[in-house]
Parts: sequence; C-alpha cells; structure tokens
Amino acid sequence: MALLDIRRRSGYLFLAVIVGHVILISAQVNSRSGVPVLESVTFGLFAQTQRGLSTGVSGLRRVWNRYVWLRGVEGENADLRRQLDEIRVQYQERRALADRATQLEGLLQLRDRTNVQTLAAEVIASSASPDFRTLTIDKGTSAGLKSDMAVIAAAGAVGRVVVPSPGAAKVQLLIDRNAAVGAVIERSRAQGVALGGGDERLRLEYVSEASDVVVGDLVVTSGIDGIYPKGFTIGNVDTVEKSGPAYKRITVKPAVNFSSLETVLVVLTPSAIKQAEQDGKEIKE
Amino acid sequence: MKTAGIILAIVLALALQTTIARFVVSGTVAVDLVLVVVVYVALSSGSVPGLLTGTVAGLIQDSLSTGVIGIGGLAKTIVGFITGIVGTQLNIAEPVARFVVFFVATVAHQAITIGLGSVLGLRPFGTPYAAIAGEALGNAVVGVAAFQVSEMLPGAVERRRMGRSRLRR
Repeated sequence: MALLDIRRRSGYLFLAVIVGHVILISAQVNSRSGVPVLESVTFGLFAQTQRGLSTGVSGLRRVWNRYVWLRGVEGENADLRRQLDEIRVQYQERRALADRATQLEGLLQLRDRTNVQTLAAEVIASSASPDFRTLTIDKGTSAGLKSDMAVIAAAGAVGRVVVPSPGAAKVQLLIDRNAAVGAVIERSRAQGVALGGGDERLRLEYVSEASDVVVGDLVVTSGIDGIYPKGFTIGNVDTVEKSGPAYKRITVKPAVNFSSLETVLVVLTPSAIKQAEQDGKEIKE
Repeated sequence: MKTAGIILAIVLALALQTTIARFVVSGTVAVDLVLVVVVYVALSSGSVPGLLTGTVAGLIQDSLSTGVIGIGGLAKTIVGFITGIVGTQLNIAEPVARFVVFFVATVAHQAITIGLGSVLGLRPFGTPYAAIAGEALGNAVVGVAAFQVSEMLPGAVERRRMGRSRLRR
C-alpha cells in the first residue's frame, strides 16, 4: 500500500510539473515580444559564475603560457621582430594608399558605410546546451549594449546580442538554428536570407532560381534586416542545388571560425534602417 | 544523494558545459552534462528526485539558451521521471545496463525536444540523426564513467544499499 501511495503521489507531482511546463511554454509562444524575465534574471546571475570561471581558466592558461611553456620563445621573438620591421614598411605604404583613397572618396562624395562605432568584448562562455549556438561576452548594458546589436569579428559577422545584462551579454551566433541574417551575393547582388541550422553551415534561402550564384561566391550582409550593417562578410557559397521551380538550395560556409573566437566587436551604431525607424518615432512623438 | 549535492552537480555540469565547450573543436560538446546529471540522479535516487532534478536543471539550461523556456525542462522532467521508474524496476548495476539507459534517455530527450519543436511550429530541426547518436554515445560514456568513479569512493556500497532500501519503502 505504501508503495502504491508513493507512486500515486509521485504521479500527481509529475502531472503538476508537466502542466506547469506546458503553461510556461504556452505563455512564451503566445507573447514572444521582448526578453522573458526568468531568462534575463537567470542569465544575469549565471554570467557572474561564468565570468569567475573564465577568469580562473584564463589565469591558469596565462601562468602556463607565460611562466612554464617557454620553449622556442627566443626564436619566436627574433621572427616577430623581423615581421614587425616588415609590417612597419607595409604600414607606411598602406597609409599612403589610405590617404589617397580618402581623397578620392571625398572627391566622389561617397558615404563611408563601414564607419561604425564598435566596442571590443571578450568571450567568457559558450552555449549551455548543445542544441543552441550562443556565446557570452563580458560587456553588457552598463557598457551601452542593447538587444539586437550586431556582433562582428575580423573575419566577418558573428551574430547579434539577444540577452544583455549589466555585466555580460548573450550573443546568438549566425549558425544558431533560430538565427537569420539578410544576405546578398557580392558578385551578382542576388538577395536572400541566410539561416542558421545548428550545424557548421548556413542555408541561403529565398534566392531566385534565375539568380547568378556559383560555388565560392562571397556572401555579405545586405543590411535589410535592420540589425547587421551592410557589407560585412558572412561566408562563401559552399553548394548550389536546384530546389523546386522558384528557388535555389544554397549552403554557405561561414567566414568566422566560431570555435576559436576570443574577442569580438559589438556594433554600437544602429543600422540605417533602425536609425530611420528611431527618427520616425521621434518625429511622431 | 542529498539536495545540496544535486544542486552542486547541476551547477557544476552547467559551468563545465559552458566553459569547456568553447575550447573544443566546432564550438560545442557532443555531451549534455546536465542530462547526464538528471539521469544519474534518477537512477541513484528514484523517480521523484529525477523528476525534480530534470525540472530545475532543464529550466536553468533553457534560460541560458536561445530557445523557448520550458521545452528542455519538460523533456528533462519526463526523462528524469521515467528513468527513475526504470531504475527501481530493473537491475541497472552493470555498466552495460547503465550505458543502455543513458543512451536511450538521450535519444528520448532529443525525440521529445524535436517533437515539441514541431508541435509548436518552431524552426524545424532537420534530421540530425548523426548528432543525436553522437550525443547519446557521449552521454552514455560520461554517465557510466561517473557511476564507476562514484563507486570507487569510500562508503559507496553502504550508500547504494541505503538508497535501494529507501526506494523499496
């Protein structure tokens, strides 16, 4: 009897917890505007733990690299000095070229589209679940970060800020299965939407069958999503297949190696579309 | 297993998952350490602790991810509860039996997650059979290793006997 009682009670508990989950899920599915409070609070608290752990791990790595593993450092220093000398010469040449380009740009009255204000941030943690592709960075709302700010790296677009807390922010990577970015083939200007699939490739969808797309084409951000600035590299076309009468099935290999990211740049300047939206709101008010 | 120990195990699993994942090739680990903790607790302590661990751990993991909060919690709750029942009904003292339980629990967890995603009309997951198999294998290896290590610790036999007698009562 006692065994039956325990089982019955655990059954009721199981049912209650399941109903609770269903209510929780339903609430979010019906109103998906903004960041849920639970998500924001839990993330904010856990980010501090992640920061501490990351500091500990980084400290250990630093001690190992700086004080223990010094094999070949002398030779490396000599190589680096030589490289530095070469780079100094190249820098002089590039500066002269840059000056010339700036003068020409001014003459043609071209707008400098890449002049965006950015903030460097360090990656302190990765996804909590293997099903999602996110990163946690060490800058948050106290540094001026907001939701939907684009995150970039030297190689190209990385993702967008989804949950900013005061001291950290969660970044959804382009390869997350919930991620999407407006894209354009640089060579032929064919437009589409690059979608993450949770794996190492992106799918470029809504590209017309008549469009000119070949393997190796560079895919860049189109800027129409209002999040990513125009012209940042997404990756290169990996495969192109026919998919029905209207669209092509295209996969894109991202330019950024998401597993080796240590420092990223958060774009603080709103995109042209977002700026226009904000201006419109201000005029209405 | 005491409540504090379970909470510590969940926090440790989440911390390891988020810290180590970025140092591994491709940016993710083919092991869900949180699910390993849920199944471990369910097998060693029964269906109710398994259920509660699944709920708490799943919700925390969901809130640290980009998906709908509750899907992982629901999946882990069901897996924790059913694994707890299986653990009390079957003899799972052998490593092979434990391996099978961890493997099947991971596959069931993924099936529930993908099923819920489809029902709610979220973005389709595709058919990640290889990824699911890899994760199930990884979880099973880590889970069995965790049991082996815990049984090498002092007082393990007494603890197991006490746990079994508590479950029977």
